[in-house]
Amino acid sequence: MSAREAILGKLRSAASVSASDHARREAVEKRLAKPPRGLIPARGQLEGEARIALFCSMAEAVTATVERVGSADDVPKAVTHYLRSRNLAPSVRMGDDKRLKRMDWASQKSLEVKHGRAEPQDEVGVSHALAGIAESGTLALPSGKDNPTTVNFVPDHHVIVVDAKDIAGDLETVISRVRRKYGRGEMPRVLNLITGPSRSGDIEQTMLLGAHGPRALHIIVVDG
Amino acid sequence: MEVQSPQFKEKARKAMADEQLQRAMGKAKVGFVSKRRKAVDALPEFDELRSSARAIKDHTLEHLDLYLEAYERKVIASGGRVHWAETAEDARQAVLSICRAAGARTVTKGKSMITEEIALNDFLEKEGVRPVETDLGEYIIQLRGEHPSHIIGPALHLNKEQVEEDFRRVHTELPPERDLSQPESLLGEARNILRPQYFQADVGITGANFLVAETGTSIIVTNEGNGDLTQTLPRIHIVVASIEKVVPTLEDASQILRVLARSATGQDMSVYTTLSTGPRRPDDPDGPDEYHVILLDNGRSSMLGTEFHEMLRCIRCGACMNHCPVYHAVGGHAYGWVYPGPMGSVLTPSLVGVDKAGHLPNASTFCGRCESVCPMQIPLPRMMRNWREREFERGLNPAAQRFGLGFWAFFARRPKLYRLATSMAIPTLSGFAGRRGWFRSLPFAGGWTRHRDLPAPESRTFMQQWRDREAGKSERSAV
Repeated sequence: MSAREAILGKLRSAASVSASDHARREAVEKRLAKPPRGLIPARGQLEGEARIALFCSMAEAVTATVERVGSADDVPKAVTHYLRSRNLAPSVRMGDDKRLKRMDWASQKSLEVKHGRAEPQDEVGVSHALAGIAESGTLALPSGKDNPTTVNFVPDHHVIVVDAKDIAGDLETVISRVRRKYGRGEMPRVLNLITGPSRSGDIEQTMLLGAHGPRALHIIVVDG
Repeated sequence: MEVQSPQFKEKARKAMADEQLQRAMGKAKVGFVSKRRKAVDALPEFDELRSSARAIKDHTLEHLDLYLEAYERKVIASGGRVHWAETAEDARQAVLSICRAAGARTVTKGKSMITEEIALNDFLEKEGVRPVETDLGEYIIQLRGEHPSHIIGPALHLNKEQVEEDFRRVHTELPPERDLSQPESLLGEARNILRPQYFQADVGITGANFLVAETGTSIIVTNEGNGDLTQTLPRIHIVVASIEKVVPTLEDASQILRVLARSATGQDMSVYTTLSTGPRRPDDPDGPDEYHVILLDNGRSSMLGTEFHEMLRCIRCGACMNHCPVYHAVGGHAYGWVYPGPMGSVLTPSLVGVDKAGHLPNASTFCGRCESVCPMQIPLPRMMRNWREREFERGLNPAAQRFGLGFWAFFARRPKLYRLATSMAIPTLSGFAGRRGWFRSLPFAGGWTRHRDLPAPESRTFMQQWRDREAGKSERSAV
């Protein structure tokens, strides 16, 4: 008997059912086909500006920095400004995201834009989020060539662009969106939910930023 | 890891005399508690979410075989592989054969209690594969040759001066005059040392907080980002997870996530919640070529349907130990195995046997704080009592204790005799204690009075006092 059969057999006998138990199978299939939404806290259930404002304040509470710009055209300038204010070299790494590509990066003289997965020497990564979550100040980023996962973790600074219209109240709304985009029961290889910059409290419980992932997270909310 | 739980008493005694440990525990017991309180108070729905999370796990455990089968189908469909392991040895062999097939020499690891449970590091080292712990706390204790003293804060028992000493001892390639007096500098040094390891490693191993049956997804929840670098950069990602980690759907995981970080560190969400499904896709510029899941039983299926069934709801947040007066006093290492605190006192006897771990369920004051803060509403004190009963049934506790209990039971089963005996003993004890009201020492009670005084009883028994009170009442109502 294989380990698989042995384990499943023990579980079945503990549940004291035969493998053909119809009602149990039906309950499982039903839940998987139509996931119950569960209890959604009231905190994020806001509309319009109130929801965006909550997202911004929750993100700031976990020591991300947040700035709002009027339109996508303003993003390259905002990125340059961020680099200057932090004394960083004018070079960023990003994937092939169409929303990022449409922006006029050439307008930023002397800014180098490298495409593809992040390399060890990259200091700043720029990503475009699929969605924001107001309840917790979280950003959702699927993997792939548009926004490679390494850009989220390898550089010291991570700049994430998110459209204000993509900020949801709660994680469940984002899950529904992922399901629509990738298909029922399907997922991108990785879905990163990022809430603030990397940190560790492992030495005497003192929370310190920049453990292994980015030391700083800068969020640019595009209103237009 | 060798089970050292039979030495609990010696270890606890040593721990209470260990100044470094007591200093570290002094900080630990206030931090976690106040952070959790703040996060819970800020979410009015927290208690309702606990009930919701509990219901999800109860439903899953009732259908565990079916959800595991569904999960396996989805992992395979997304290009991953599933390895079932009945025992720790099966799991170790499964990891090794993946490493061997890949010619792996270095393995980076994200924080994982399950790989502590199967003692993976020692095994891999013996087999010539070098494991590198990347979580800051795990890295520190790996340098010291220790085991975690807390399930989410592995180095909770240490002070920063001890960490500095270890870094100076091991990182000899760095200038000896460097300043390591601040935690920031220690963190920075660990980051710089570990960074190249992620890129050099052939295999990355992580645990899982959840496995999602709906999509074949494994979820890890971390703050440092080390788990993500571990699973993104090497060619092979191995997830080691026990069978009770499965939940039905993404929404179910989301419900439990809302209580997990709040109960653990007092965060609304941990920094990185990462949902992984299968290996690199055709158009992926990064990610592992192979994705393996090792599904470990190691005694859990035997808990299902027993009085310890509810322990399988545990999501390893650590809230029970953060609120435990016994854990605060002795720290995690005294418990002698992988899982300390109240959850360890229930789980360890289940996994290694009550004959070895009988001291643990006895090391409780039954104050009930653990159950009151448990996000999954696990009745930990009741289950510790169940272990005490099993221990007694099997005659595992010491003769003096068994004799004492037998002596008491003899009288307790004979109410008239009991009343007579207590009505004689109570005034005697009360008289001996005198006006002071307590005993400094007492025959047969040295175990108690060596460390504290024993309060003397009132001069009359409870039954006598009750009778008088009732008589008083009926007189008053007659008036």
